[in-house]
Amino acid sequence: MTSGPQAAGQAGRMVRLADRDRPRVRFRLDGADCAALAGDTVLTAVLVSAPAVRQSEFGPERRAGFCLMGACQDCWLWQEDGGRLRACSTLIAEGMQLRTVPPEDWQ
Amino acid sequence: MTVPGAERIVIVGAGPAGIRAAETLVNAGIRPVVIDEGMKAGGQIYRRPPEGFTRPPETLYGSEARKAVTLHTLFDRMVAAGEIDYHPQSSVLAIAGNLLQALAHGGRRDFTYDRLILATGAMDRLAPVPGWQAPGVYSLGATQIALKAQGVALGRRIVLAGSGPLLTLVAVQLLKAGAEIAAILDTSSLGDQMAGLPGMMVRPGLVLRGLVMRAKLGRLYHAGVRLDGIETDGRGPVGMRWRDARGRAHFTECDMVGLGWHLRAETQLAGLAGCAFDYDGDWAQWLPRTDRMGRAGEGLYLAGDGLRILGADGAEVAGRLAAAACLADMGLPSPDVAADLRRLDRCERFARAMARAFPWPAESVRAVPDETIVCRCEGVTAGQLRESVAYGGGEANRVKSLARVGMGRCQGRYCQLAGAELIAGKAGIKVCDAGRLREQAPVRPVPIGAWVRDA
Ligand SMILES: Cc1cc2nc3c(=O)[nH]c(=O)nc-3n(C[C@H](O)[C@H](O)[C@H](O)COP(=O)(O)OP(=O)(O)OC[C@H]3O[C@@H](n4cnc5c(N)ncnc54)[C@H](O)[C@@H]3O)c2cc1C
Ligand code: FES
Repeated sequence: MTSGPQAAGQAGRMVRLADRDRPRVRFRLDGADCAALAGDTVLTAVLVSAPAVRQSEFGPERRAGFCLMGACQDCWLWQEDGGRLRACSTLIAEGMQLRTVPPEDWQ
Repeated sequence: MTVPGAERIVIVGAGPAGIRAAETLVNAGIRPVVIDEGMKAGGQIYRRPPEGFTRPPETLYGSEARKAVTLHTLFDRMVAAGEIDYHPQSSVLAIAGNLLQALAHGGRRDFTYDRLILATGAMDRLAPVPGWQAPGVYSLGATQIALKAQGVALGRRIVLAGSGPLLTLVAVQLLKAGAEIAAILDTSSLGDQMAGLPGMMVRPGLVLRGLVMRAKLGRLYHAGVRLDGIETDGRGPVGMRWRDARGRAHFTECDMVGLGWHLRAETQLAGLAGCAFDYDGDWAQWLPRTDRMGRAGEGLYLAGDGLRILGADGAEVAGRLAAAACLADMGLPSPDVAADLRRLDRCERFARAMARAFPWPAESVRAVPDETIVCRCEGVTAGQLRESVAYGGGEANRVKSLARVGMGRCQGRYCQLAGAELIAGKAGIKVCDAGRLREQAPVRPVPIGAWVRDA
């Protein structure tokens, strides 16, 4: 996979239906600038602009979360510093640097 | 006010059960510790969005808004008054002796207790459907959480499939919020549903509400379907293949599928704490063994959907009962429980009838093609599982070590019941004889740094 959310597919998976007028939060996904709303989980923030949070370790498919309640562990992704976080139970914060693939020097 | 020298009581879970348990203890002058994974108290049904969301409770919780607000207000008041020692965003991962090991934002944190009330709730019960490992397939519960706590739909054209009350409820909520639903596919037949109806009439109001909701779904809803598989491309679902009650094949285009068959009790901590379990035929799962009050052992109490899937009202009742048992066992005055025990019976009769009306699809699970993924975490197929039964015998823990079903990140939460069904089918035994997976700590994967650093 190359970098940038556009490489992971054109559009996002999630569609906002309500509570759309919250302050904007900027973050980076695979090096590209992205925007989310304050109160979004990392999963929401990522999947509004991309279709997946990472590649599966065990199969050909990508991962985009499954339970949204911290039970399935499908939604982990990387931060630029190599740390990992569970996207469905972490709120997005201004300036977060996220990756759908491990940072280069980690591979 | 705290009773001097009182024992230390810890409650895990701040849903309806945990909140009512805490209230009962506070009323008796005890200051319990409450540990909950959520950002805010409320549990699953009364989950609250993060700060900054403005939809009112009536929009979020519909007919249950008043109950939600009552519980939230009660809990927040107890926290503000210092009547409980509340630890949000803290996951209990292990139990050793009288020690709970939890992971909070700041790192690892240990809690000792004299008595423990587990009110850990439930999660979706899943059955494997060919293609369900694709991104864009979610649990029904996830579909609701996304809407309730984030105001989003998980796709542009949605198929909901499975069975149980949540199927209809989530569909109605999504339609109301303006999402596009392509089909609602219920694997239970109208016959099953009619058979369960008389038993459900112990709570006629709920039955009526269910029927009204069903009517809103109109022709989107289909009963007695068989799910043949989710067609996917690299991005996710492109459609669902299914057969209607008369056996006719259909293909419904979609970009998102929400799957769920009622609920499964979250019992990992109960298992680690030493509970005994029995297989329950109505709910088609292993449930902890307790007395009517929720006593599971010396100083160990269970309440709510983590014990019996009675729903939110039953969880409130069970929470009060568990706390009353706790008080009685300490030799303290405890509230009269006669009325609550009657309520519990009524909730249980209703819930069992509902479980029979929307049954676990045992036959379809046993019949899934070999190439169907059973374990979403590690991509183990039904064929690999069946092979390991032929080789190592029909016992879940053996199959786990041979085929790795139940070994992945979710620790068997989403494959254990289907795995047991497949084992039973292959070995020609009853599902209750296929064995229950033994729990292992930590009950959620832990960033290793946090665990080691603070140990
Ligand atoms: C996703 C989902 C959606 C649902 N939606 C509805 C609905 O719309 N309407 C309806 O009538 N019923 C619904 N139900 C069922 C309903 O949620 C339950 O009947 C009710 O919430 C049960 O209350 P409880 O207190 O037993 O558990 P819950 O409300 O589930 O609360 C359990 C709490 O324990 C916490 N917890 C669990 N494990 C740990 C741990 N190891 N460490 C720390 N904390 C932990 C959880 O974070 C949670 O806050 C839903 C269930 C689920 C799973
Ligand atoms: S989506 Fe299941 S743990 Fe995050």
